[in-house]
Amino acid sequence: MILKRVVFDWLSRTWMITALAIILSLPLTIGIALYFKANPLFEMQSLARLISSSDWSPSEGDFGFLPFIFSSLYVTLLSFLFAAPVCLFAAIYLTQFASKRLIQVMHPVIDILAGIPSVIYGMWGILIIVPFVGDVLAPVLNIKSPGYSILAGGIVLALMCIPYMLNMLIETFNTVPIGLKEAALSLGATRWESVKHVIIRKSYPGIISSYGLGIAKAFGETLAVMMVVGNMVQLTFNPFEAGYPLPALIANNYGEMLSIPRYDSALMFAALILLIVILIINLIFRYFIYQTQKQ
Amino acid sequence: MNIKVSETATEQLVIAPELKLKKQPSILRIKNLNVFAGNHHILKNINLEIPKNRITVLLGPSGCGKTTLLKSMNKLTDLYKELKVSGQIYIEKDDILNTNKNIPNIRQKMGLLSQKPYPLPVSIYKNVAYGIKLKGVRDKKLIDYNVEKKLKEVGLWDEVKDRLHLSPESLSIGQQQRLCLARGLAVKPHFILADEPTSALDPVSSKIIENLFRELKKHYTIILVTHVLRQAQRLADNVVFMNYGEIIEQGNPEKVFKYPRSSQMKEYMVEGN
Repeated sequence: MILKRVVFDWLSRTWMITALAIILSLPLTIGIALYFKANPLFEMQSLARLISSSDWSPSEGDFGFLPFIFSSLYVTLLSFLFAAPVCLFAAIYLTQFASKRLIQVMHPVIDILAGIPSVIYGMWGILIIVPFVGDVLAPVLNIKSPGYSILAGGIVLALMCIPYMLNMLIETFNTVPIGLKEAALSLGATRWESVKHVIIRKSYPGIISSYGLGIAKAFGETLAVMMVVGNMVQLTFNPFEAGYPLPALIANNYGEMLSIPRYDSALMFAALILLIVILIINLIFRYFIYQTQKQ
Repeated sequence: MNIKVSETATEQLVIAPELKLKKQPSILRIKNLNVFAGNHHILKNINLEIPKNRITVLLGPSGCGKTTLLKSMNKLTDLYKELKVSGQIYIEKDDILNTNKNIPNIRQKMGLLSQKPYPLPVSIYKNVAYGIKLKGVRDKKLIDYNVEKKLKEVGLWDEVKDRLHLSPESLSIGQQQRLCLARGLAVKPHFILADEPTSALDPVSSKIIENLFRELKKHYTIILVTHVLRQAQRLADNVVFMNYGEIIEQGNPEKVFKYPRSSQMKEYMVEGN
């Protein structure tokens, strides 16, 4: 009897440590594998040139990743600018002002939104957002736009990120004790002042980490963006023009990567950039959280 | 159930000398207050008068509705949409329960001290200055003066004067509770609503708070919620004993504690001692 318990105890501990080791080694092995696969590219061109050049003609051996990196950052930034304020205010309303009934309705709605496959967001983007950008928004602003653009990508991406970010923000605001809100109100704060001075302040680290995770998710999102962003290699600040983010580059060309020399290495390098940028975003937000918690 | 109060229990009572103060006019009157949460009747037809510059103790077992009664006095019940509140609460002649005007002003009159200290997520100084600024005071010197004065009033100044700009998290729980009291006093309330303010504190810190209350009642009307019988006996000028959302007995502590009429109060006195 006692032997059985000891054996089980040992087994459970071993299994837990193994599971942890697998999880910890995962990003490392991915990074190493991508690095070695991308290595032939480095023998041909310097790293600095690879990420700063905008010449892209794989058949001639020109691999400049700048347009892709720029498109990715641009689409992500736009989506963040759209999604962040919407999520913040929606989460504040739902946790501080809304009736129980509304909360009960909203929770399944958010969960359903989060569960919709990205291809459906993409289809919806083609049907609604692309014509909206191309035929409504651009003419109003007197700009020519094919509709398939960085802006359309940003909007679709924002919609995809909203349920994800919103859920995390709701969790964050719910952890603020109600006693703290009561304290602020008792001192004569209005409800909005109690939200602004106390709830948001107390939730800073949580808000920042929700945003960080949201951005990291947005940066790597592939399918829906690829469907509406136009996929043209060009370097432009005009959001009404088409872009070509890194994930779209990989997904679009994965099937034919062996047809051109070093093209496979180039796509692996694109994946490596993606991984590193997400890592950097995470580190930056970790640093912000660390700073706010220190205060 | 009929419970006999043992002789020793009543003999042990120590009635504070200040209880023999002369009767004060009531400053807060509660009429026919009923609170429902769905079908649950939390407060049942409460009628109560609170005398000025006295400590009124709301005594009773946990879950009897004391805290809800306290929260309806500064309209914090508004935060809980599931609560249905009816009746009147008058401060002098104004019914504060059935008005939506100037709620922040009403709440500033009713300083709240909660069970656990909830310092705002700002520095010690800003915690006290917060309410003063909400009142529209912008003069830095005046704010400084008031912050110091209120921290002195609760005996915290010497302990924190060198770290006013640090987070209150660095203070002990007892110090945090006194900070919360100072912060509440800084908005010049007429009342102090204290919701079991010593339940999270060690005996020494509790005693400091209790002594502060004895001082503060000269300037404020204090309503203290507690389930600790001995604390009620030490502090009360006026006792309200509640059970299951009803006021069972109320009045002069000398009378209520020495000659409890209801069986519920007698039982509570036996268990509490």
